[in-house]
Amino acid sequence: MSTIAHTQKRGFAGTVWEYLTTVDHKKIAILYLLAGGFFFIVGGIEAMMIRIQLAVPNNDFVSAGLFNEIITMHGTTMIFLAAMPLLFAFMNAVMPLQIGARDVAFPFINALGFWLFFFGGLFLNLSWFLGGAPDAGWTSYASLSLASEGHGIDFYALGLQISGFGTLMGGINFLVTIINMRAPGMTYMRMPLFTWTTFVASALILFAFPPLTVGLFMLIFDRMFGSGFFDVAMGGNTIIWEHFFWIFGHPEVYILVLPAFGIFSEIFPTFARKRLFGYSSMVFATVLIGFLGFMVWAHHMFTTGLGPIANAIFAVATMAIAVPTGIKIFNWILTIWGGSIKFTVPMLYAVAFIPSFVMGGVTGVMQAAAPADYQFHDSYFIVAHFHYVIVGGIVLGLLGGAHFYWPLMFGTMLSEKLGKVTFVLFLIGFHLTFFIQHFLGLMGMPRRVWTFLPGQGLDSGNLISSIGAAFMAVGVIIFLVNVVITQVKNVQVGRDPWEDGRTLEWSLPSPTPYYNFKQLPLVRGLDPYWIEKMEGKTEMTPAEPVGDIHMPNNSFVPFVISLGLFIAAFGAMYHADEGKDWAIPVLIIGMIVTFGAMLYRSIKDDHGYHIHKEELLDESGKGGAV
Amino acid sequence: MKQKLTKWRLFTAVGLLALVLSGCGEPFLSTLTPAGEAGQTAYDLMMLSTWIMVGVVIVVSILFAVAVIKFRRRKGDKAIPKQVEGSHVLEIIWTAIPILLLIVLAIPTVIATFDLADTKAMDKKNEDGTTDALVVNVRANLYWWEFEYPNQKIITSQDLVVPTDQKVYFNVKASDVKHSFWIPAAGGKIDTNVDNVNKMWLEFDNEKAAEADNLFYGKCAELCGPSHALMDFKVRALPQEEFDQWITAMQAVDAEAAEEVPTDPTAAAGQEVFNQKCLSCHAVTTADARPEAARTAPNLANFGDRELVAGILAHNEEELKSWIKNPEQYKPGNKMTGTYGELSDQELDQLAAYLMSLKVE
Repeated sequence: MSTIAHTQKRGFAGTVWEYLTTVDHKKIAILYLLAGGFFFIVGGIEAMMIRIQLAVPNNDFVSAGLFNEIITMHGTTMIFLAAMPLLFAFMNAVMPLQIGARDVAFPFINALGFWLFFFGGLFLNLSWFLGGAPDAGWTSYASLSLASEGHGIDFYALGLQISGFGTLMGGINFLVTIINMRAPGMTYMRMPLFTWTTFVASALILFAFPPLTVGLFMLIFDRMFGSGFFDVAMGGNTIIWEHFFWIFGHPEVYILVLPAFGIFSEIFPTFARKRLFGYSSMVFATVLIGFLGFMVWAHHMFTTGLGPIANAIFAVATMAIAVPTGIKIFNWILTIWGGSIKFTVPMLYAVAFIPSFVMGGVTGVMQAAAPADYQFHDSYFIVAHFHYVIVGGIVLGLLGGAHFYWPLMFGTMLSEKLGKVTFVLFLIGFHLTFFIQHFLGLMGMPRRVWTFLPGQGLDSGNLISSIGAAFMAVGVIIFLVNVVITQVKNVQVGRDPWEDGRTLEWSLPSPTPYYNFKQLPLVRGLDPYWIEKMEGKTEMTPAEPVGDIHMPNNSFVPFVISLGLFIAAFGAMYHADEGKDWAIPVLIIGMIVTFGAMLYRSIKDDHGYHIHKEELLDESGKGGAV
Repeated sequence: MKQKLTKWRLFTAVGLLALVLSGCGEPFLSTLTPAGEAGQTAYDLMMLSTWIMVGVVIVVSILFAVAVIKFRRRKGDKAIPKQVEGSHVLEIIWTAIPILLLIVLAIPTVIATFDLADTKAMDKKNEDGTTDALVVNVRANLYWWEFEYPNQKIITSQDLVVPTDQKVYFNVKASDVKHSFWIPAAGGKIDTNVDNVNKMWLEFDNEKAAEADNLFYGKCAELCGPSHALMDFKVRALPQEEFDQWITAMQAVDAEAAEEVPTDPTAAAGQEVFNQKCLSCHAVTTADARPEAARTAPNLANFGDRELVAGILAHNEEELKSWIKNPEQYKPGNKMTGTYGELSDQELDQLAAYLMSLKVE
């Protein structure tokens, strides 16, 4: 019984209900992919508006205030609501299969994490229709965010708070899953790199999100409940916000980029038909990057006035991160060295990733030199740098990962031809847009400017950049067309569709059974499926006899818990307004919904159900062999 | 595929060429044409790091390109390559070389960090509380800049005037939200915090200043609201002698001088309008004794000498009148809009004539 056939029988409403209540990591992955993809499109439209506005000097496509809302929402959406959920989609879809698990450790919390993220993101984006979006930049520095009028910043603080809870739960869930649910023989040092990067990124989430949560609570209290944490007149301090934000914000970069590294570390060996070069040093580098990622946050604050001692220490610490990152780059190159490279679309993205990301990485080291950063900081050079890292690293990883894991998630192959068109357009557009921005920054263009005056030598650079953005947009549209065509045709592929799959996820039949592994596999080394294939086998050796499988029941409770917080957030936000007496009751009702749902969950025992041995054997008789 | 790759590289090459042709930006704005010691220090470090990093990118790209081209799969090739585990020697090499490169970069970084933070000269006070070093107190406000010269006891705004060939020290802070003080051609930026005063120094070379017509552009580099992009200021870097003359002329604009009625009758009428509508916020004496909090608008004592109106519009009476008529149209979110009621066209003419007559040079 396939998951897709399973849902098709129910009709449209039934499918919707299935997804609203699902606790299956594979379906939650699809939810993350859909929601993250939606927000990626929203953030992309915002990006296009920015580049249209800046294409020519003194443009009036959007107004000054609206522009600040657009850049704030572009950054916030892309980081929190697009990049993270899309990576969570792959983590959910792939990681449990890679370690030979039947699901994540806490399927219920997995669903709760998704719905919290979704309602937080929805709340944040509703700001467009309810009086204006946040306008203090994605960093939302305290003096400006406190001075900002309207409810924009309230939407930011409350929305991110709700979605942040979801992310934190997701991270903890992945950690527990990887620690506890590895198949027999899957030792830590046999885990695929994508699982390792998921593991380290989840640990970073565990330590990095609480500072953000604290900072956001302080901001919420300052704006909505009259406290003065960041209000200098009341004895507060705005620099504290910068510390809170960047203690979260810098590790966040690694939370995003490490899983992208993980995806590439899977793609390279697969399409070079060669095991990852220097596996243990790759693991070591991943852990070291994660560790050092917490030591360098103040390099975002070199111009804040922390003094030369702090600046010098953080400068040197930041440079140190280049070493493990360099180790990774060279290991990837040596992985394909001597290999047999097949240029599929995922491999093209991986190949393009190396030079693109190196360029983003080296400008990062340049900014680590604090006195040089006094010039780079808050200029377009920075914009160029972090887009090289985020687009050249993470987005290429997401696009490559989408093509690579599409057959695993949907049982179909995206068109290679259209994929290549997207790749070429996107890559050209990316370099065209952002390479020139380094020079715009060096020529004195500050970032976050809604317009610029002519006669400062900035005109042609900005126009080139905007043209590049159009290429990227067309590339993404063709990708979407590709997705639609592929899903409408719905040509199902079989097991190991890339033919050179190395890790456990490719050992499963396609589509993946809803219980994943009928029998847990026995892992005999790194790249377990490759080992079996090299010995002429087509499937994994089971580590246990066929037995009953314990499965969790679907639940609507995660949706309700998240909905309650969503409702409560409106109450918290509007209660300070004149004449909005309904706000406090709404806050209370929302909290009752949330805590009521939690109480219901706590009191009512849900033991799940068992798939009986006989059913499993029946299925294999019908040809669904595992 | 190989063809596509070469095309792509050609594309980058063309892009690079376009950049070389467009040069290093404008000498009054670009960080690539440093105008003095602070800018030069940053520039040298930028160049050192750039060349190291260009080297890294080239080495990695060549290695990578060779790997990609040499080891691509031929049609029908079913061979399984040798599964190599790793190599300790290589691992050590590519760990050690980056460390060495980083040490080369780290040492000048640390030295420059301390050099640029050396503002001890500001603390060496004479008996009367003044300093031998030239100090300017910079105060950033929603979309305008105030420059106070505490030793000379004068205040001006929007156009910073500095002498060339000597270090100028700055105390910077913000009075509403955080801004950042940046004169790209002269050196790095520093944030103007609402919590504390930050200190820095800059230096303007006489020759370099002459190349930029003695006029540099200054920017706000921290998002501060809708008109963040328009929070520009100008820096006039004058030879010491001219600077001293300017100081003397500015000091002459005391309360008495400001009350003098202009000879031109239109300007004289404008002065009356000004005194009724504008004087409560805008001072026209350089020695404004009011406390900071009361100085809520730019000082206009030498308005007639300024480079631009409101930092963004051409300096003539027409633009000045359009600005006063509707500042919101030019700087959205500014604090001046709606504070002085409607002005008739005649009043605007008079006001513009008066403001343009406020000159010290």
